[in-house]
Amino acid sequence: MRSSKPVLLVEDDSVDAMTVTRAFKDLKILNPLAHSANGEEALAYLADPSNEKPCVILLDLNMPKMNGAEFLKVVKADADLRKIPVMVLTTSREESDIVQSFQLSVAGYIVKPVDYRNFVEAIRTIDLYWMLSELPEQEVGVKDANFKASIVG
Amino acid sequence: MRTSKPVLLVEDDDVDAMMVRKAVDDLEIAGPLIRVSNGEEALKHLKNQDNERPCIIFLDLNMPRMNGTEFLKVVKADDALRNIPIIVLTTSKEQCDIVGSFDLCVAGYMVKPVDYERFVQALKTIDLYWTLSELPNGRW
Repeated sequence: MRSSKPVLLVEDDSVDAMTVTRAFKDLKILNPLAHSANGEEALAYLADPSNEKPCVILLDLNMPKMNGAEFLKVVKADADLRKIPVMVLTTSREESDIVQSFQLSVAGYIVKPVDYRNFVEAIRTIDLYWMLSELPEQEVGVKDANFKASIVG
Repeated sequence: MRTSKPVLLVEDDDVDAMMVRKAVDDLEIAGPLIRVSNGEEALKHLKNQDNERPCIIFLDLNMPRMNGTEFLKVVKADDALRNIPIIVLTTSKEQCDIVGSFDLCVAGYMVKPVDYERFVQALKTIDLYWTLSELPNGRW
């Protein structure tokens, strides 16, 4: 990723979470990986000011307590959180899940490859894409920049 | 891209549009590239039921008549259009443009590389990513 901020992984399956961690290591991706086990935990993580805001979110769909679609609805209705690109990472190929996710403006919908090598390739592509794409800075930085612009001229 | 549906390019600059077309040809991207010159034309294209729905939109920001941000606001408020992923393709590195675009939930923000080879590489990465990612099979 272009930024050194954490990547937030929202995933209830601990084996899948370990696979992502391992792929990050194998690809030498430097971003710390923060892990929440469901949408509710992820919202609590995002609301905690002591946690750095993630540069991107990798979101599973089928999770207990608060699932991916419910999480997306909350995040995309929040003026601060809606700027963070969210990619769905799921086993579901259901057209209804795909359409609903894009309706909630996800920045990608990736079906988890079962094979580890293919999984690493998928994470490599995601990393490459978000290395190319700009990412929004924290809101505070923007206010600073505007303030600086206003006092300079 | 995962589909062979059209890619809609919203770009007022003829030279930039030609560069995108050349890169799409060089990379043998399957879908046809449809080019319109500003947000207003893009909306007209999207609302015309005779036109096939694009799988993705490449959007310039600085354009006459209706600029990229104005276009994004209209598209993201429209239930029939909001599920098409939009990637900003611009020369602007301004943080306010970046934040403003992600606030309108774009699926990427690429600063156009000036050099053609690097531009092709960038488009290759975009193509690779959107081949990995599913796309909604939205119907009119």
